[in-house]
Amino acid sequence: MTETAIEFVNVLKRYGSAVAVDKMSFSIAKGELVTFLGPSGCGKTTSLRLIAGLELPTEGQVKIAGRDVSRDPASERNVGMVFQSYALFPHMSVLDNVSYGPTIRGVPKAEARDRARAILDQVGLAGYEARLPSELSGGQQQRVAVARAIVQQPDVLLFDEPLSNVDAKLRRKVRAEIRELQQRFGLTAVYVTHDQEEALAVSDRIVVMKMGQIAQIGTPAELYEQPASSFVADFIGDANLIEGKVSSGTFHAAHLALPVRAADGIVTATIRPERIRLAKGGIATIRSASYLGSRMEYVVQDENLEFLVSRPISEPRLTAGDSVDLQIDPADLVLVR
Amino acid sequence: MPRSGRCRSNRQRIPVGRFSLTSDRAGLAWLGLLAAALGLVPWYKGNNLFAGPAASALTEALAGRGWLWPMIAVTSALSIAALTRGWQRSNLALGLTLGAFALLIWQGFAVGLRGPSADWVGSAFPRAADGQTGLGWGGFLAGIALTGLLSDLFAARGFCRGERFPAFCITAIVALLTLFVFFPILRLGIAAFVDPTGALALGTFWARISAPDLWGVACFAGAGRCGVVVNTVVLGVLSASFATALGLALALLVNRTDFRMKRALRAISILPIITPPFVVGVAIILLFGRTGLVTSFVADLMDVRPTRWIYGLPGILIAQVLAFAPVTFLVLLSTLEAINPTLEEASRTLGARSMTTFRKITWPLLRPGLAAAFLLAFIESLADFGNPIVLGGGYEVLSVKIFFAVVGARYDLGNAATLAMILLALTLIAFWLQMRWMGKKSYVTVTGKSDAGLTAPLPPILKIAVFAVVLPWVLFTLAVYIIIAAGGFVTDIGRWDLTPTLSHLVTAFRFEIAENGLQLYGSAWDSMITTLWVAGLAAPLTTLVGILTAWLVARQDFAGRRAFEFGTMLSFAVPGTVVGVSYVAAFNVPPVDITGTAAILIICFVFRNMPVGMRAGLAALAQIDKSMEEASQTMGAGGATTLRRVVLPLIRPAVFTALVYSFVTAMTAVSAVIFLVSARHNMATAYIMGRVEAGEYALAIAYSAVLMIVMIGCVALIQLAVGTRRLGRRQELQGRPAADPAE
Ligand SMILES: Nc1ncnc2c1ncn2[C@@H]1O[C@H](COP(=O)(O)OP(=O)(O)OP(=O)(O)O)[C@@H](O)[C@H]1O
Ligand SMILES: [Mg+2]
Repeated sequence: MTETAIEFVNVLKRYGSAVAVDKMSFSIAKGELVTFLGPSGCGKTTSLRLIAGLELPTEGQVKIAGRDVSRDPASERNVGMVFQSYALFPHMSVLDNVSYGPTIRGVPKAEARDRARAILDQVGLAGYEARLPSELSGGQQQRVAVARAIVQQPDVLLFDEPLSNVDAKLRRKVRAEIRELQQRFGLTAVYVTHDQEEALAVSDRIVVMKMGQIAQIGTPAELYEQPASSFVADFIGDANLIEGKVSSGTFHAAHLALPVRAADGIVTATIRPERIRLAKGGIATIRSASYLGSRMEYVVQDENLEFLVSRPISEPRLTAGDSVDLQIDPADLVLVR
Repeated sequence: MPRSGRCRSNRQRIPVGRFSLTSDRAGLAWLGLLAAALGLVPWYKGNNLFAGPAASALTEALAGRGWLWPMIAVTSALSIAALTRGWQRSNLALGLTLGAFALLIWQGFAVGLRGPSADWVGSAFPRAADGQTGLGWGGFLAGIALTGLLSDLFAARGFCRGERFPAFCITAIVALLTLFVFFPILRLGIAAFVDPTGALALGTFWARISAPDLWGVACFAGAGRCGVVVNTVVLGVLSASFATALGLALALLVNRTDFRMKRALRAISILPIITPPFVVGVAIILLFGRTGLVTSFVADLMDVRPTRWIYGLPGILIAQVLAFAPVTFLVLLSTLEAINPTLEEASRTLGARSMTTFRKITWPLLRPGLAAAFLLAFIESLADFGNPIVLGGGYEVLSVKIFFAVVGARYDLGNAATLAMILLALTLIAFWLQMRWMGKKSYVTVTGKSDAGLTAPLPPILKIAVFAVVLPWVLFTLAVYIIIAAGGFVTDIGRWDLTPTLSHLVTAFRFEIAENGLQLYGSAWDSMITTLWVAGLAAPLTTLVGILTAWLVARQDFAGRRAFEFGTMLSFAVPGTVVGVSYVAAFNVPPVDITGTAAILIICFVFRNMPVGMRAGLAALAQIDKSMEEASQTMGAGGATTLRRVVLPLIRPAVFTALVYSFVTAMTAVSAVIFLVSARHNMATAYIMGRVEAGEYALAIAYSAVLMIVMIGCVALIQLAVGTRRLGRRQELQGRPAADPAE
């Protein structure tokens, strides 16, 4: 089942002379939840709005369900969107908010209301139909926004940082709810966030963006374990970036000499902090040690290289000043250029 | 949670775009309208819309009016181009549409009322010698159709993110502003440079603009009169200075003293807005004229001969200061309210005496506000027509002189145009200065925590000064409004004959209910009914255009948005008198020949008052999260639906403000309208002006009082209709579900 729900073909969006989205191409399969992840200003929101039709591409094509919708305004696409601020209509009751879309699209009023009630029931808001949005808690408002977006069975459901207005404690729960709803209805969803942990937790695939371009697309595990660039490695989780060079099948940097399979040349090797092991006695020194509850974090100096190392709390503690030996399994090394 | 079978079963494709025409159909509809305008509807004015194709552009062209052919030919080519797929995105369609538009305009100007405007047109089309009248239904419909078509082609190219409704609104408003704001001004500018026969005459222009009765400064030397431009500027400066001083006194009184009747003061400051023009002037004459109440009293008391001193600069000045003080008051009050009290507190804790604090802290912070208030009053004074014409005597100002150059015995449009250009230039300079002042970083410190301290009370000397200024103003205002309230209902208030009578009212508004229904005999009914109709139609239209423009400026991202906004504000800057003459210059002749109709009155109001609705709309929209409209769009609502169902309900107070303002202004405006009224469509203010000129003061006052009562009644009605439901407030909840599922 790899029917394509959304496709970008060389999409470029320019504001004046600034390029917000730079020749992006990708496709999203039906039923998939894809996250746009990247630092602030990299064009995530713009990409999302390009799918919704709230912006039209300067160049390139946006396709939804196989149809080229590049020039269609938002009102003529079948998308649902959950806004950062929820954007509930304050002058309408919860029921009117949710039945707004079907009514606009010509569903008879009574049926539109029935549909709205059914969806509200699904998101656990039965009994709140008559309230105004201002009479709901933040979390409830968010669920009304989701209900409103899915009541029309959209081709794609869009979320722009839906959790940024949610209490930090509640986030984990709400994002699980969103994921559960998406899977229950079999919806295609695109989700924007700049929180990598959130992205890893909810996505089928992640699009990592950098300055309007795609840095890498892949499943959370792929991105974490096989980052395509030091940018991705650094952005997703913590990573040690080691600059060195490869000559005749060996990676050299400071004292390190690790066998790798790569062509000769200057490279950056990345390794996750938890993949480095420490043994007492060696030529490297512990510069600092931090107790983080679930693990220990060390900064280790080896010649001119500095490593971040994360070890389980169960291992013997080391303290600053201790001499250690860095043990790296060559298989854990990912070379990027 | 169980899977919902219901939702599954609903999973069919929802018809998308059911309420919007598909791209092709919208374009074809406009094209059809264009074809109908050219082929089925009478082209020239003076024909009924349904007169049939006998007088259509096509028929006229066949009958020898060959200058209509190019437009018809291009339209035909466009229709053929529209048969191809995706024609709306083709450059050919855009080129042909623009061409048809240009040719529509060209055919209007190529042949005038009395013949061709250029020799080659005359030789190419012999029938051009007959001339042509103004455009009728066909012409206007063609213009509308081409505007619609153009907007559709723009939208197809991604203008306004492909949304057809905003694209149409922008195109239409630009077209309307061009036709009803910029074109008249352009025509007026041209009129200033041509002689009465229509030939370019720079010499005449130079003679007009350098005339000594414009720039003379003899009065400063104590001998003779000054030029009209000098008079206007002197009046403006004096009037703005006094009005600013009075406004400052009022603002200090309200903001910096424990004076109790602040609400009353605010109420009084609204009065000038609903006071018809002339009536304050009349009241001043009745008080201070040669036989005025105060004059006679003083003459008897001191045994001096009464004079006509009030006619001229003093009279106009008094009336203007009275009228503009509320404006300066409001500007300065908001400035004072924005000054962070902690600054003054800091100064006092440092040991400064209250006078020093005022001089060193408060006054410098006030200065930008003072400049803004001064310029505002100056601009109003330049534009004022009602007071100078009643009280001016021999003191001529530009607005009055322009009026007499057009409606006086010596009709001289060229001269009126020249004077109007000078007035416009003065106004624009003042506006430009004001923008510069406002644009500069203001010192005013807005913190959002206005209760963070106590404002410094006024130093005692200033407090006395403030009362010394405000008290006479209150007495004077009271006297004026007592005269207005009573004058219409007593025999002759000017001679202190206070016998109550309804005779003035009867003269104006006599009616009988006879067998054949209601019969209106009073002399004022015509103008009253016209005024109510015109204001009643103009108010909603003004509001519509104003709010729509605000929405476009605030919410649509389109090329040329800044210029668009600037253009709408410019139409506000043009003084009424200038608008009046420019309409005479532009719309008295073909192709758009609409003087003498009620439509021109309505159009004039709509484009003069629209910027106020726009300001109100912009302020309201700034408070509303844009994503609500985007949400509505993603749910399938087009621009028009979103506007109606989401935006308008949320900005109701702005709609109310715009409606009330445009209604009241339409009822009381005079400076532009006075040029546009006709025997058939007379307006209340023009009628009142006639009575004042004839010396029938009591009648004028009676009518004005009735007008004010009608206005207040209408405003109450508008309030009732629009309502002002408050939103977003947590209310006492009933039937709250027992368990909150969120927790
Ligand atoms: N309407 C606009 N006009 C001009 N530039 C814009 C506009 N909208 C976005 N941009 C620019 O485009 C770039 C991408 O913006 P976008 O909002 O997509 O970023 P983002 O990835 O969502 O960032 P954030 O995480 O901060 O929300 C930014 O540089 C931004 O300044
Ligand atoms: Mg964003």
